[in-house]
Amino acid sequence: MREIHTSAIADAVKKLCIEANHGLEPDMLRAFDRALGTERSPAGRHVLQILKENAELAWTKKIPYCQDTGFVICFIELGQDVHVTGGSLSDAINEGVRQGYTEGYLRASIVRSPFDRVNTGDNTPAVIHMDVVPGATMKIMIMAKGGGCENRSKYKMLTPAEGVEGVKEWILECIRTAGPDACPPLIAGVGVGGTFEKAALLSKRALFRELGTPNPDAAMDALEQEVLGRANRLGIGPQGYGGDTTAFGIHILTYPCHITSLPVAVTIECHAHRHKEVTL
Amino acid sequence: MITTAADGVKEVTPPLSDVDVESLKAGDRVRITGVIFTARDAAHGRLLPLIEAGRPLPFDVRGQIIYYTGPSPARPGEVVGSIGPTTGGRMDKFTPALLELGLKGTMGKGARSQPVKDAFMKFKGVYFGAIGGAGAVLSRFVRKVDIVAYEDLGTEAIRRIEVESFPAIVINDCHGGDLYQEGMTQYAR
Repeated sequence: MREIHTSAIADAVKKLCIEANHGLEPDMLRAFDRALGTERSPAGRHVLQILKENAELAWTKKIPYCQDTGFVICFIELGQDVHVTGGSLSDAINEGVRQGYTEGYLRASIVRSPFDRVNTGDNTPAVIHMDVVPGATMKIMIMAKGGGCENRSKYKMLTPAEGVEGVKEWILECIRTAGPDACPPLIAGVGVGGTFEKAALLSKRALFRELGTPNPDAAMDALEQEVLGRANRLGIGPQGYGGDTTAFGIHILTYPCHITSLPVAVTIECHAHRHKEVTL
Repeated sequence: MITTAADGVKEVTPPLSDVDVESLKAGDRVRITGVIFTARDAAHGRLLPLIEAGRPLPFDVRGQIIYYTGPSPARPGEVVGSIGPTTGGRMDKFTPALLELGLKGTMGKGARSQPVKDAFMKFKGVYFGAIGGAGAVLSRFVRKVDIVAYEDLGTEAIRRIEVESFPAIVINDCHGGDLYQEGMTQYAR
């Protein structure tokens, strides 16, 4: 049994929160460059250039890429041979968020209740998902999820008869209706199968795959590429000003489902796709 | 006041008149210089009851521009943190009443509802788009920030900000023009 102290977990989460908000990962920067090579719209190219400049400035000045520094979504893969010492794992994660958002000059965007809407002041709590996996390590993955795009995420229960064509149409419908509101170029994380809640969870988890890498399942990869091509022919373009770059990627994860069901959840993610992970 | 610079970009200096607003067309690139005000969801929620009761607002909206943003905290020595636009559509419920009081400009990102577009035409208002997510770059155009009202709302407080050559684009003009629709139609294949 390996021991990991909660203080190490809080420190790791704090660092991930700050670094994720100050800079985009290389996969995103490569996506900007690829899009600049294909975008026909002058306004669209202008936006892509500014987004690149924004990423560089944020990283060098240590200020957030976007003022909406997001809701911290934390996926934990906890090795079953790990023993967390010093307190509760969830408390440690939230302590990391609290320290990261306060000390890193990141915006507090979370309210304590959806009804009284009083800001918690330190961006806590995070949304935490935990899986117990074999091994003696703990993988911490965090996403600083912006509100504007999250508000455009959708779920639909299709019938099995609607099949793969129905899934494609629904993903495109989500991207089309998100339009300029979700700060395109966007990424669609798609969860297909499972149940109502499982599909939503998969759609978030799918966003952690490195952008620009193929889906390991060849059939899903073909589906992603087809939907991505169609999304980029909608004409929405960077910021919705018109153009060829509406989406950077479609990431699909599937799970077995009931004979009666075809659940599809689509998490919409903007170009401020701030994701970072570490293994303790 | 609005003038056109040598590079074709329109220089916008509040307060704006009806004639100023009429000169703006969807797709026009602009640079805003002078004083603008920030307000977003929670602040609008407090302004509406005042409007309904016919009471004065924390600032005179006549001729002014409201920027929908909730900046991130400023680092020591900096004027402001990251300061990009938030989704304008969430303010749709409040915007026609503010335009009726004389507000001329709104600035954010994302589409507006038909009633708001109608109100832009009726009361001579305009919707500027700032680049969503580009909050670090946009902070470079902010010279001064003061809280005007509702400090308890934190990032959602109403702020008076002084900007210099703040870059934006006209999304909705007062003639029914809509950059989002026009751009999408042009590039759809």
